[in-house]
Amino acid sequence: MTATTLGGHEPARPHHGMPASASAAGPAPKRIIIAYGFWLFLLSDIVMFSAFFATFAVLGKATAGGLTGAELFDARNVAVETALLLFSSFSCGMMSLAMDARHRQAFYLGAAITFILGLGFLVLEMREFADMVARGATADRSAFLSGFFTLVGCHGAHVVVGLLWLVVMVAQVADKGWRATVCHRLMCFSLFWHALDIIWVALFTIVYLMGAR
Amino acid sequence: MFGKLSWSAIPINEPIDMIAAGLMILAVLCVLAWVTMKGYWPYLWREWLTSVDHKRIGVMYVVLALVMLLRGFTDAVMMRLQQAVSVGPDAGYLPPEHYNQIFSAHGTIMIFFMAMPFVIGLMNFAVPLQLGIRDVAFPTLNSVSLWLTASGILLTNISLVIGEFARTGWLAYPPLSELKYSPGVGVDYYLWALQISGVGTLLSGINLATTILKMRAPGMSYMRMPVFCWTALASNLLIIAAFPVLTATFAMLLLDRYLGMHFFTNDGGGNPMMYVNLIWVWGHPEVYILILPCFGVFSEVVATFSGKPLFGYRSMVAATMAICILSFIVWLHHFFTMGAGANVNGFFGVMTMIIAVPTGVKVYNWMFTMYGGRVRFNAPILWSVGFMVTFVIGGMTGVLLAVPPADFILHNSLFLIAHFHNVIIGGVVFGALAGYMYWFPKAFGFTLDEGWGKVSFWCWFVGFYLAFMPLYYLGMLGMTRRLQHYDNPGWQPWLIVAAVGVAFILAGILALIVQLVVSIRTRDHRRDHTGDPWHGRTLEWSTPSPPPAWNFAVLPQVEREDAYWHMKRRAREERRAAAEALAYAPIHMPLNSPTGFITAFFAVVTGFALIWHIWWLVILGLVGALITTLVFAWRDESEFEIPADELARIDRAHQQAYWAGSAP
Repeated sequence: MTATTLGGHEPARPHHGMPASASAAGPAPKRIIIAYGFWLFLLSDIVMFSAFFATFAVLGKATAGGLTGAELFDARNVAVETALLLFSSFSCGMMSLAMDARHRQAFYLGAAITFILGLGFLVLEMREFADMVARGATADRSAFLSGFFTLVGCHGAHVVVGLLWLVVMVAQVADKGWRATVCHRLMCFSLFWHALDIIWVALFTIVYLMGAR
Repeated sequence: MFGKLSWSAIPINEPIDMIAAGLMILAVLCVLAWVTMKGYWPYLWREWLTSVDHKRIGVMYVVLALVMLLRGFTDAVMMRLQQAVSVGPDAGYLPPEHYNQIFSAHGTIMIFFMAMPFVIGLMNFAVPLQLGIRDVAFPTLNSVSLWLTASGILLTNISLVIGEFARTGWLAYPPLSELKYSPGVGVDYYLWALQISGVGTLLSGINLATTILKMRAPGMSYMRMPVFCWTALASNLLIIAAFPVLTATFAMLLLDRYLGMHFFTNDGGGNPMMYVNLIWVWGHPEVYILILPCFGVFSEVVATFSGKPLFGYRSMVAATMAICILSFIVWLHHFFTMGAGANVNGFFGVMTMIIAVPTGVKVYNWMFTMYGGRVRFNAPILWSVGFMVTFVIGGMTGVLLAVPPADFILHNSLFLIAHFHNVIIGGVVFGALAGYMYWFPKAFGFTLDEGWGKVSFWCWFVGFYLAFMPLYYLGMLGMTRRLQHYDNPGWQPWLIVAAVGVAFILAGILALIVQLVVSIRTRDHRRDHTGDPWHGRTLEWSTPSPPPAWNFAVLPQVEREDAYWHMKRRAREERRAAAEALAYAPIHMPLNSPTGFITAFFAVVTGFALIWHIWWLVILGLVGALITTLVFAWRDESEFEIPADELARIDRAHQQAYWAGSAP
C-alpha cells in the first residue's frame, strides 16, 4: 500500500533544514518498511539458531563413547568452506552494486559467482558429512552428533534456500527487469546472504574451533 | 503407499471418540451445506477467504478463537465430570488413555488455538485503526499467517477422527514424548500442528511489529500511541524473540522421533531437561504475549468508560516494556524442582517477584483512572473490573509460587492449575471478551446486546470462582494435576463444587451465543451511525462502523495522545469546516490474494503426510507451496486504485451521518 498522506505528496519538511522526524512524517516509504520487516525476520532466525547453539554447547561433550569433535573435524576443509562463503558474500555485494547501477551483465556475473561459491560450500559440506557418516559418526550415534548435524545442517539448509532464492531472483530480473518489487526482494536476499555469513562465523568458532578442543 | 495410515487409525471401537467426531463432522457439514444452499461461496471466497484486509483477517482470527473456545471447553467439561465421580471404586467414564488425550488437547487448544488467535485477532483489527493507517505492513503475509494458524487447528481436529492426539500434557515433555514411550502419531500431530501454526504466529508478529514501528499516522509519535498499541508492540516483539525458540525445540524433538537423534532421550547422551528449559524460554514470554494485549484492552476500556484519560500513561508504557524484558529472565520458575541449586532458584524466584511491581503499577493506574470518573457500567467495563479483582488474586498466588520452598510443595499440584487458570481466565479470557464487546460495533456496525453481555459476565465470574477456588484448596491438600482417578474421598466434595462452577461457565458461554444471536436479529435497532458508540478517545472511533477497506480517506494528523478525543473537543463548526475542506487524493490498496489460503492447504497436506510418514505426499505438498509462492512472486498487479471522488463521496456521507447522529 502506498503511504500517502494529505494530498499524496511526500510530507513537508520543517523549514530550518532539519529532516522531519519519523513520527511527524507518517508511514515510512515501502522500501524502508520491507527492509525493516526483513531485518526483524533475520533477528528471529538468529534467535532460532541461538537455541541450536545453546543445545550444542550443552551437548558438545556428550559423545556417548563415540567419536569426538577433535577426532572428526578437518580444519583445512572448514577453512576452504569459510573462504568460499565469505567470498560469496563479497560477490553478493558486487551484485547489489550492479543492481543499484541497473547493470544487467554485471548483475548476472555477480549472481553466477555467488551461486557457484555457495554451491561449492555446499559440496564441501556434504563431503564432510559423508566422510563422517562413513566413519560411523551418524546423527543418531550420540547427542553431540545430533547437535552437530542439526546446527550445521540447519545453516546448510539455509544456504540451499538461499541458492534457490537466487535462481528465482535472476529469473525475475530477466523476466520483469528492475521493477521496485524485484529490487526490494534482491535487497532482502543480500541481507539474508550476509546474515548466513554471520551465523557461519559463530558456527566456525563454536563448533569447529572450540568444539575440536 | 500410505505410510503408517490404515483403516485402523479410525477409532471405531471408542464410542466417546466416535460420537464427538461424528458431531464435529456433522456440524462442519451443516455449515458447509448452509453456505452452499445460500449460494454464499463466491461471496465468502472473494470477500473473506482471500481477503488481505487487516480488519477481516482480525475478525476471522476471533471467529477461529471462539469456535476453539467451544472445543477446548468441551474437554474441560469432560475432565471436571470425570474428576467429580472417579473416586475410590468408581473409575469414572473416561479410560486413562482417553483422559490423557483430553487434558493434552485442552491445554494445547486453549493456549495455541483459542487465546493466541483471539489476541492476535484483536491486535490485527484494532492496531492499524488506532495508529491511523490503512493496513498492516505486509497484507498478503497477514493472510498467510491467518491460514497457517487455521491449518494447525485443522490438523489438531483431524486427530480426533484419524489416529489420536498426544497423551503427554500440553507441552509434551520428553522422555515421555519420545518415540520409545509415545510410539503413536499423537505427539506427531501435536508437533506438526504447532510447528505450522507457530510459523503463522511468527510472521504475524513480524508484521505487526513492523507496522507499529514504521507505519504510524503523521504526528503519531511513540508517546502519543494508544496504550493498546504499546502492549501490542511488546507482545509482538516477544513473539519475534520467543517463537523461534519453540520452533527449534520442536524441531529437535521431531528429529529425535523421526531420525533417532539424541537431543532429549535418556540414552546416547541426550538431556531431557534441555527440552524443559528451552520450551519455557518460549513458554514464559508466551504468557505475556497473551496477557499484555489484554492489559491494553483494559486500558482502552477503562479510560473510555470512565470518560477520563488513562491515569499515568507514561508509567503504563514503562511498565509494559519492563514486563516485556523481565518476561525473558524468569523461565526457570516453572521447574524449580529441577534442582538447579539454591542460588539459581533464588535468582529466578526474585526476578519473578519483581514482575509483580510493574503489574501492580498497572492495576493502580486503572483504579486511579476510574477514581473520580463518571463510570458507565457497560459490559466491557464489567469484564475489566472483574479482571482487576480476579487477576490480583492470581498474581498473589503467583508470587507465592515464586518462593522456591513453597514451590517444592505446590509444584504440579492443583494449586498451580488454579493459579494459571486464575490469571488466564481472569486476565486473558476476560480481556479478550472485553475487547470483543468493545470493538464489535466497530467491526460490524451495530452494538451487542448489553443485557446478555452482563449475564455472560456474571456467569463467567461466579463460575470461575466456583470452579477454581476449590482447586487452590485441593492443591494444598496435596492433590496433583492430571489425575484420572483418586482414592481420597475427602477431595470429592470440592471437585463437585468445581464441576458446578463449570456449569456456570457453560451458562456464560451460552449467554455469549444468545447475545450474538439476539444482537444480529435486532441489528436494525442497534445500528451505530456515528462510528463512535462509546464516546471513544482513540482514532478507530473516528471512522465509520464498519470502516471502509481503506480505514481513513485522508490520514489523520495527530497532535497529542487520545487523538480523537481532542479532535472532538474542538468547536463543532471548526471541525465541520475542516472536514469539508479535506483534499482527497486517490489511494492504492492491496489486491486480495488466494495465496494464504492455498499455502495453508498445502501446509495441511504436508503436515498430514509427515504425521503418517507418507513421503511422496510430503514432497507434493512442499512443491505445491513453492509453486504457490512463485505464482505470487510473479504477479504483475498487486494494488488497485481508489479514485478521489469515490473516497470523497463515502467519507462525506459518513461525516453527514456523524453530524446527524451526535449530540451537539
